[in-house]
Amino acid sequence: MKLTLEIWRQKDANDKGHFETYELDNVSSHMSFLEMLDVLNQELIEKGEEPVAFDHDCREAICGTCGFVINGVAHGHMKRNTVCQLHMRTFNDGDHLVLEPWRAEAFPMVRDLIVDRSAFERIQRAGGYISARTGSAPDANSILIPKDQAEAAMDFAECIGCGACVASCPNGAAMLFVGARIAHLGFLPQGQPERAERAKALVAAMEQEGFGACTNYTSCEATCPKGISIVGIAKMNKDYFNAKLFTGGNLGGKD
Amino acid sequence: MKLDAKIPSGPLADKWTDYKAHTALVSPANKRKHTILIVGTGLAGGGAAAALGELGYKVKAFCYQDSARRAHSIAAQGGINAAKNYQNDGDTVFRLFYDTIKGGDFRAREANTYRLAEVSNEIIDHCVAQGVPFGREYSGYLANRTFGGAQVSRTFYSRGQTGQQLLLGAYNSLNAQVNAGNVDVFERTEMLDLIVIDGVARGIVVRDMVSGEVSSHFGDAVLLCTGGYSNVFFLSTSAKGCNGSAVWRAYKRGAGFANPCFTQIHPTAIPQSGDFQSKLTLMSESLRNDGRVWVPKKAGDDRPPNEIPEDERDYYLERIYPSFGNMVPRDVASRNAKNVCDEGRGIGPTKRGVYLDFAAAIERLGVDVIKDRYGNLFEMYEMINDEDPYTTPMMIYPAPHYTMGGLWVDYDLMSTIPGLFVLGEANFSDHGANRLGASALMQGLADGFFVIPNTLGQYIAKGKHPDVDPNCDEVREVEQGAKDLNQKLLDIKGTKTVDYFHRAMGMIMLDKCGMARSKEGLNEAIEKIRELKKKFWADVKVPGTGESLNQELEKAGRVADYFDLAILMCLDAREREESCGGHFREEHKTEEGEARRDDENYCHASVWEYMGEDQTPQAHKEELIFENVELTQRSYK
Amino acid sequence: MDKAVGFYESTLGKKIVMAVTGIILFLYLVGHMLGNLQIFLDPAQIDKYAHMLHASAAFLWSVRLVLLFCLGVHILAAFQVWWRSRKARPVKYKVFNPPDVDYAAKTMVWSGPIIAAFITYHLLHLTVGLDSLHPDYIHLGAYNNVIKGFQQTPVAIAYIVALLLLAFHLYHGLWSLFQTMGWDHPKFGPWRRPLAVLLTVVIAAGFICVPVAVMTGVLPR
Repeated sequence: MKLTLEIWRQKDANDKGHFETYELDNVSSHMSFLEMLDVLNQELIEKGEEPVAFDHDCREAICGTCGFVINGVAHGHMKRNTVCQLHMRTFNDGDHLVLEPWRAEAFPMVRDLIVDRSAFERIQRAGGYISARTGSAPDANSILIPKDQAEAAMDFAECIGCGACVASCPNGAAMLFVGARIAHLGFLPQGQPERAERAKALVAAMEQEGFGACTNYTSCEATCPKGISIVGIAKMNKDYFNAKLFTGGNLGGKD
Repeated sequence: MKLDAKIPSGPLADKWTDYKAHTALVSPANKRKHTILIVGTGLAGGGAAAALGELGYKVKAFCYQDSARRAHSIAAQGGINAAKNYQNDGDTVFRLFYDTIKGGDFRAREANTYRLAEVSNEIIDHCVAQGVPFGREYSGYLANRTFGGAQVSRTFYSRGQTGQQLLLGAYNSLNAQVNAGNVDVFERTEMLDLIVIDGVARGIVVRDMVSGEVSSHFGDAVLLCTGGYSNVFFLSTSAKGCNGSAVWRAYKRGAGFANPCFTQIHPTAIPQSGDFQSKLTLMSESLRNDGRVWVPKKAGDDRPPNEIPEDERDYYLERIYPSFGNMVPRDVASRNAKNVCDEGRGIGPTKRGVYLDFAAAIERLGVDVIKDRYGNLFEMYEMINDEDPYTTPMMIYPAPHYTMGGLWVDYDLMSTIPGLFVLGEANFSDHGANRLGASALMQGLADGFFVIPNTLGQYIAKGKHPDVDPNCDEVREVEQGAKDLNQKLLDIKGTKTVDYFHRAMGMIMLDKCGMARSKEGLNEAIEKIRELKKKFWADVKVPGTGESLNQELEKAGRVADYFDLAILMCLDAREREESCGGHFREEHKTEEGEARRDDENYCHASVWEYMGEDQTPQAHKEELIFENVELTQRSYK
Repeated sequence: MDKAVGFYESTLGKKIVMAVTGIILFLYLVGHMLGNLQIFLDPAQIDKYAHMLHASAAFLWSVRLVLLFCLGVHILAAFQVWWRSRKARPVKYKVFNPPDVDYAAKTMVWSGPIIAAFITYHLLHLTVGLDSLHPDYIHLGAYNNVIKGFQQTPVAIAYIVALLLLAFHLYHGLWSLFQTMGWDHPKFGPWRRPLAVLLTVVIAAGFICVPVAVMTGVLPR
């Protein structure tokens, strides 16, 4: 099949950036979207042009490295998917596709379709964990966790941190990402001692990064490759509300 | 090159306990004076960074990904083994040790493998404490599943994403240490070379992959946790960025490389669908529990599978191995798939594939049972291949998946360069010639969280670690060398892309140094790869500059190393005149065509020492002494 | 107080303040609607009701002040949240089609200001009774004011349109506030949207039936 690709090209953070149009013939329907871009890049290199830079790694939809916006939809039109597992057979011959990077103030541009997601790192480092010193854990079966609770935690733990939620949020909010982390640990008994502090720390870090505010558009849930539910956002709101106004610190003393 | 494994004396079961009781320690107040450099942030590297940070060391961790959480440990599906015996089915530490060492076809070091089995239980405890949501019973207790190569149920799992959850656990612990100020993480940073001063590893040269800036970092120990080198085959189940450059450049600085030819080719991956293919996707091994493997009896039979009548199908695994049938170990299944394809009976567009048929299981158990067991895998298959496995047999073909070989390490996980430690898949120590399922995650976490925190202290406490002068000749030379190498690649300005060469090398390697090897084939491969390497250095085209993000330059540097690594793999495979585990030599098989080990002459780890560019490396041996297990021949007939 | 200020400074805090003031305004709407529906009873009934509300100036003005305060805070928080989100994406997409976007969510940005404008008009029209807007206005003559007011078809239509907008605003606000307040439960979670729809329909129908009744001649009886 034949495709017209309109791709955002930007040399680095200081460059203004522009769209460039490429025609690609002989796209096999078996290719993944990234393999299609590989083919384009091979052609560009052979022609002496610079290839399109895009982030990718595992190509199995689990590492969360890849991602860009195809015709206005993060990760493309197939639900619960990443661009590495999006196959060309779901497109039509002659399609015109516009490829843009995640656009958000908190994700500065790096190059072409690559953005800097270190804001996510800073949020997680602020407290998105359980402080468990190596070697101090009791026997694994001494903490019983009801199956449905463990499954609920897993539903949120599946987040791959790709940033599609921010990219597809009309407000540029990162609440699904943060909510997922808070809900994952909040559902587990091990996560309770630090629960209030965690909510405060993560929300504060998120605020500082300049993400937008959630107004419940729900497009984050719709484009999330792992289908993380906005229930996570509700959990985050509740934990934050309680932590900030009622419990204060975990003992209710400090703040 | 002196190979002293430093295995503690005493009974196998007491070695690790005794070691810990007598090892030298670093005082808590002094730990923060020691900087530890860790390359790679997967289970081994991330775990080590977190654990050493907790102890108070000053840790700098490096990864090429944009986040430590994206290391390729994340892609492991099935699970992690531990000898908890929660199922009361007779599991013990010794049994896990024995299964691992037998699965590795008796080519691993007893003491290391035993220690791995021993700390497996602590790993599960720690992961649960970190908040890893393992699968549970309704009672709230942890659930287990059965995995290949074992008769007990000892595998812990988080749906089909165990690697992801374990890595996030390690990553969270790492983040806690970053927040505490003990660890600095350098993302999008690739190690280019190792700095060795007075024979001791003292630092690394890295490239910032965004700005292109090359700089050096110094420390009192360097930990390589950089995974395997399966990508030498171009098509593998590894992530695209996985590479062997860190270990390779350490090898060139004097670290011994052990058993480079021990690679695992996993039998159930989705076959290649065209020349554009960029990587292979694994389908869980568990599919073989219910699927039947077959090819047409006639070579060149192009009929769709459902039109080939029963008596014209060859269920070759069931035919050759009546007692194990479709459940033979990974290496046997992979080799037989290659054999039938070599006979011209392969299926699919590339003729490199075999059917995995669920029709019989669906008839016996019903669609619902199959859906319950494999539903998500079937969906994934349909997404990739656009065929419904419920009605059309799946197509599968083996894919390079894991490398048991790696840098040689002693019991402390230290390489032949003092101060250079190697953890996880990057080292050679625990899996011998073949790795059992659900044990890679175990090794990564064991090395990172439980072994290195106890063995590193010995090295730090006993040695003197004077400050490194950043302007000394050794540092300048290595730094300049790394810059020059990149510039050299950019200056070739040839006509062919990096991928072109990588693909070509991968084809040679898969064909000649893959599932079956022969002296003749290996000689041919070495010859061809040398030629290809020459062409690469004359005709590769790397666009752009070194002073910006340049993904082609990154690839070029890695592929340049792969040529030499591939040649070393072939040399090692040629040298090892026996068949064991994943290493199958056509010349060494029983009358029935099965692998024949030679314990008399090859019960050792082959360790290679770099002797200079394009020089034949020198081979050394670490004899493997088995005091606690009896060496038996595997048979699956 | 420090706590409350710190809380309000965060986006989540603003959202929760919006939710709480939203709830208060919603409860007021319920009361307002029940009051309005008395118009279908004896014509004297609603006038009696109006007099009752005005019996104590202190009471009347405290309620009015609380409502005004809530409305003000609601609008201020909304504006701040909107402004923050605007800044969160300085470079816009060339093509942007996020899937499954809740339609009502999209309308909030402009339905809010329009409703604010409507409220102003409504107060001037039926509470203050500005001559230019309502020549037949009689102080506390609620029955007369409503009937005469809505007998002007453009006015009735404007009310209906504004109320429909309010309905959208309410629907999204109602289900959003469950989310914002963290009121979710595996069992009840799925009922949040239907409940929001139900409440919205009841409120909208309760308000809109009055101008419709006047337009169709059901009122005055």
